[in-house]
Amino acid sequence: MILAQSSQPVIPNFGAGSSCERENGAFCWSWVRDNWSDVLWPALREHVVLTLLAVVIGFAIAFALALFAHRRGWVERPVTITTGILYTIPSLALFQLLVPFTKLTTLTAEIALVSYTLLIIFRNTLAGLRGVPDDVRESARGMGLSRGQLLWRVELPLALPSIVAGVRIATVTVISLATVAAFVVNKGLGAPIFDAIQRSVFKTELFAAGGLAVALALAADALLVLAQRAATPWARAGRPA
Amino acid sequence: MGASGEAGVKDIVDAFPFIADHVSLLLGKAASQLGVAAIAMVIALAVAVPLGIWLGHVHRGSFLAINVSNVGRALPSLAIIAVLIAPLGLGRSTLIIALVVLAVPPILTNAYTAVDGVDRDVVDAARGMGMRERDVLLRAELPLALPLLFAAIRTAAVYVVATVPLGALVGTEGGLGDIIVDQASYRLPGVLGAALCVAVLALGVDALFAGLQRLVTPRGLRARIDYAAVQTEASAY
Repeated sequence: MILAQSSQPVIPNFGAGSSCERENGAFCWSWVRDNWSDVLWPALREHVVLTLLAVVIGFAIAFALALFAHRRGWVERPVTITTGILYTIPSLALFQLLVPFTKLTTLTAEIALVSYTLLIIFRNTLAGLRGVPDDVRESARGMGLSRGQLLWRVELPLALPSIVAGVRIATVTVISLATVAAFVVNKGLGAPIFDAIQRSVFKTELFAAGGLAVALALAADALLVLAQRAATPWARAGRPA
Repeated sequence: MGASGEAGVKDIVDAFPFIADHVSLLLGKAASQLGVAAIAMVIALAVAVPLGIWLGHVHRGSFLAINVSNVGRALPSLAIIAVLIAPLGLGRSTLIIALVVLAVPPILTNAYTAVDGVDRDVVDAARGMGMRERDVLLRAELPLALPLLFAAIRTAAVYVVATVPLGALVGTEGGLGDIIVDQASYRLPGVLGAALCVAVLALGVDALFAGLQRLVTPRGLRARIDYAAVQTEASAY
């Protein structure tokens, strides 16, 4: 039990701060002010780094697999089944199951986080590539484009909305699960959440850290919608995000 | 946090005897996990399905129905639980409320999309046959919408079952999660055994709902649907 492992005193200890903090008030701005630079800001920064790393690595793997499956159709099924199983395993269980192999390290957190991005990015990339109309492919070949040119100049640009939509979903998923990563490595916005639970449910810290995670997810989502629009001006009329 | 750094691959091997020796404990925890998940799912379905179906039937509120899920899928599960604990306190009901908040958006959106997307010609034909409005919905639109609706229910069910263990992280009832976070009592093989069971439970729920989805699909549509594909598109949250 995490509560049992706590090094905090058993008597509720809300720090030596204002009366609001000592009485565990609903939300104490003074605590946020005092702990922003030492607790909340570093946790937020770590959370962003954990997320970026997982999405970049996950994208590299899933994108390569999708290109491969685009060329060789039989690859799709085994990749979908494997990544589908990884995606379905609950986060707490996956983090814990990796511990015997990679210990309580950032590597453990990243392996789990990366594995949650694979299915989404793979499927969206492949769906985008397959959604390119055959007429378009024919005309590109008729213009004398090679296979590589067809892929990079025609198919991938047309698949971009679907690919970015996948990256968007993968990113918010990772932001969500990175809070759970604090179970194995004391990083990210999950760390202050667990700290608040151990401190006899210190409300301000729960609100602040949980709220930051929600805000980060919504901000990342909005940012990727904008990126999607900017990258594909021609798609603005049609597809939903 | 809850996990310990002293671990070896041998502990994974030892997890299997632990599972064999603690079948009743694990079954009990799994049952409580499924129980919490079931309560949350029933509430979420009661809220989201009628609303989504009605909005889809009258082809209104697309902005609401679609944006609810765009925002909803961005919500981090543990953060939502944490934010709700602050005002509501620790407890099973807080966890259930959080699960409902997380499960409603995808079900609502897909219920809307499923009914809204039924071929208008089919609906016109039903009306032309003299069906009353109620029958148009119940006998034409709903049967055709069921596969997509069940895809969403399947995704939400797996998500909810997978999220219950997080309750243990914040000190409330978390089904098998209670064992995962309690290494002091169960040692590492026990913790790993419970983690394996959680994974199997989630995959089992997914398979169960995949079967249900197949059962509710009208026979004429079955051959045309790739079940794996339907699931992933719906799980896009």
